[in-house]
Amino acid sequence: MSAIDVEALLTIVRNHGNRPTQLLQILREVQDRFRHVPHWAIEQISEVMGVPRTQIQGVAEFYSFLSLEPQGRFHILLSDSISDHLLGSRELGAYLCERLRVQPNETRNDGRVSFAYTSCTGLCDQGPAGLVNGQWLAQLDRAKVDRIVELVETDVPLSSWPAELFGVADNVRRTGLLLDNPVVPGSALRASLQRGLEATFAELEKSGLRGRGGAGFQTAWKWKFCFEGPEELAVCPTDKGQQTVERYVVCNADEGEPGTFKDRMLLHSHAHQVFEGMTLCADIVGARQGFLYLRGEYLALRPTLEAVLAERRTAGLLGNGILGRPDFDFDIEIHMGAGAYICGEESALIESLEGKRGVPRNRPPYPVTHGYLGRPTVVNNVETFAAAAAIGLKGGDWFAAHGTEKAKGSKLLSICGDCERPGIYEYDFGVSLAEILRDCGARDPLGIQVGGPSGVFVSAREFDRKLAFEDLATGGSFMIFDQSRDILAIARNFTQFFAHESCGFCTPCRVGTSLLSNTLDKICDGHGTPHDLVELTKLGKLVKGASHCGLGQTAANPVLSTLERFPELYESRLKTISFEPGFDLDGALATARRLSGRDDALAHLEQEGL
Amino acid sequence: MSIHTISIDGQTVPFEDGDTVMSAATRAGIYIPHLCHNPEFTPHGSCKLCTVKVNGRNCTACTFPADEDQTVLNNTPELTELRRTITQMLFVEGNHFCPSCEKSGNCQLQAVGYHLNMLDGHFPHFYPSREVDASHPDILLDRDRCIYCELCVRASREADGKNVFAIAGRGVLNHLVVNSASGLLKDSDLQASDKAADVCPVGAILVKRHGFEAPIGARIYDRQTLAEASLAREMRPEGAENE
Repeated sequence: MSAIDVEALLTIVRNHGNRPTQLLQILREVQDRFRHVPHWAIEQISEVMGVPRTQIQGVAEFYSFLSLEPQGRFHILLSDSISDHLLGSRELGAYLCERLRVQPNETRNDGRVSFAYTSCTGLCDQGPAGLVNGQWLAQLDRAKVDRIVELVETDVPLSSWPAELFGVADNVRRTGLLLDNPVVPGSALRASLQRGLEATFAELEKSGLRGRGGAGFQTAWKWKFCFEGPEELAVCPTDKGQQTVERYVVCNADEGEPGTFKDRMLLHSHAHQVFEGMTLCADIVGARQGFLYLRGEYLALRPTLEAVLAERRTAGLLGNGILGRPDFDFDIEIHMGAGAYICGEESALIESLEGKRGVPRNRPPYPVTHGYLGRPTVVNNVETFAAAAAIGLKGGDWFAAHGTEKAKGSKLLSICGDCERPGIYEYDFGVSLAEILRDCGARDPLGIQVGGPSGVFVSAREFDRKLAFEDLATGGSFMIFDQSRDILAIARNFTQFFAHESCGFCTPCRVGTSLLSNTLDKICDGHGTPHDLVELTKLGKLVKGASHCGLGQTAANPVLSTLERFPELYESRLKTISFEPGFDLDGALATARRLSGRDDALAHLEQEGL
Repeated sequence: MSIHTISIDGQTVPFEDGDTVMSAATRAGIYIPHLCHNPEFTPHGSCKLCTVKVNGRNCTACTFPADEDQTVLNNTPELTELRRTITQMLFVEGNHFCPSCEKSGNCQLQAVGYHLNMLDGHFPHFYPSREVDASHPDILLDRDRCIYCELCVRASREADGKNVFAIAGRGVLNHLVVNSASGLLKDSDLQASDKAADVCPVGAILVKRHGFEAPIGARIYDRQTLAEASLAREMRPEGAENE
């Protein structure tokens, strides 16, 4: 390390005000500058910020986009989402590696380039997709790969790469309640001001809006609980407690569920409305600070979002004295994630906001009363805030007139996989799967993964089912698979995803997701027996029932829901014997044969199951 | 003031404000199997061995607050099976050599295996490659046996005020790291008299030159069942010296 390097590092730390909560943001910039988090940087940061070096190492090792080993000056990631697989991403990745002369997870000797596969990049409607130094690459093919290889080999800086390589489309195919009625910046806040805060809250309650992230908690209740704060603050007089405690509004833009990308579009084209919803929330609960937690894969959106925030500050819609009201100060800061699906879980997200590893907290207490820095915090999805802004403008009845009894309003769906028109579709809740399949041009579908890997696999026999909290709840991911697809390969991809993304905090998820993945591998590789299917079901139920958070509680869904619907497909892969070991006995002797120079018949062992 | 109670396996158990299901149970002399829990430190809830059913839902007894109208199931065949499977998971993900481990007989993981009638590992072993750190003159760190209970992490932070340990990595690649520039235990602040050197429920952190002081047959869980030993240790009022 040179004196220049050290100064660069100290500048990064200084720019973040030496705040430990900024640790992840600091490490992202360190990674950006040095292509890894060097050992000396950990020592320096620890010394300057007074954070234990183990915490820094812990964070650096937790997030996929941070690395303790140097990555290439061009770091290329290819999405491993199933939708990218269907479009040939793995073959394309092999081709890229061959052309660049690198192996996955390795950095080329000259330090120029490195390559790896990554979890979903949020471009499932325009795959095969990837990232180069954090910037999106969409609709990759061999021609584009050739172009990229040429740019890398001639060392053209990323800023000079042709713009068409980075083009990403919104792909909105069908609009509805929300997208047809965009909120003009400031109009929802003004309407709320005119109506009065309590009346606006009543409209939100009347609307019946439920969180759009998947769990579907009543938004009005969440805001109310945050406003009321924890029990220990509810002392007389209540209004005093409410004013002395900081409250926070967090927008969860960690859209990590494979197959979901509607938040990408909202942030790209409707950021004002999302921020307006956050500001409305801040006004109601009494928060002065907001955060947009943006997943690392969406780095390309950051300049647009910063520009919108700046615009809103100039227009008096953010900052001090919003809309000329001296009692209304609120601003929003963007925090970047760094490649960890678990950070979509709200308490893990809060840990990450605090500069720590994204490990979900114990509950209770819930984030709404004990969230960021232990203070009352609202965490809502991007789409929820966008809807809240529209309700703030148009009222609760307008919203509640759409949808079903338990699922009011509309839902944005991200549709990908085997259909003619992948993209974003907006429907009122209650729409049937058959109607959606017709609209997006899905021919001969075998089944749909509704709600992403953590959701359910719905077979063709169930296409009259409806999207609503009464029937199929969804965060918005809608992946279509046609009759030519292999169900086990799909379940295996999803299971590997969960094993990769498990934070490792609790035993059932940490060990269980790996065991599920290994057992599926055994079956897919042709060594599965009826015994393994029984094991798979038992194990799946345990992981579901005993895990600490939503990741583990849903990680077995792909296995359990496909096993329930397509037992014959699993059975057709099994050996007829009842038990076979999971390892290859003869294969294990290969090293011994090589060392002893023997390869006669007696040097081999036959392996038979029971 | 009214007396608060919960029901555990049909038995009425009083609780105080701030009690978890575990602390109320312990005071009443009811043993709930656990590994990452130790009443001296902030509850963690990671091993999931203390999973109980509270009003029909699985909850971690060591972190879940006791409250009126709770019907808790603890000692049921279903929960025993769940806990046995979790214990098997802990055994197969690490490298555990009970017969040759000097902690044998004093090890909570081993004892809980006996308590739950665990007869085999059941799952294929992971055989992970983990580093042993024997650099410290007085303390041995054998990561093979680490179960990520973070008791050493908490003890070092909360009791010793040192922050010697932390967990790094993610998922099945989690590993225990040491706070020193070299990453080695010898360059850290850890001393054999620290709580963190003494708190490990398995054989991952051992104070050197004390192995086999008590012969096999005269060790903690040779003389007492895990339930008796745990309750005797944990029922004592706060502040009492550890043995």
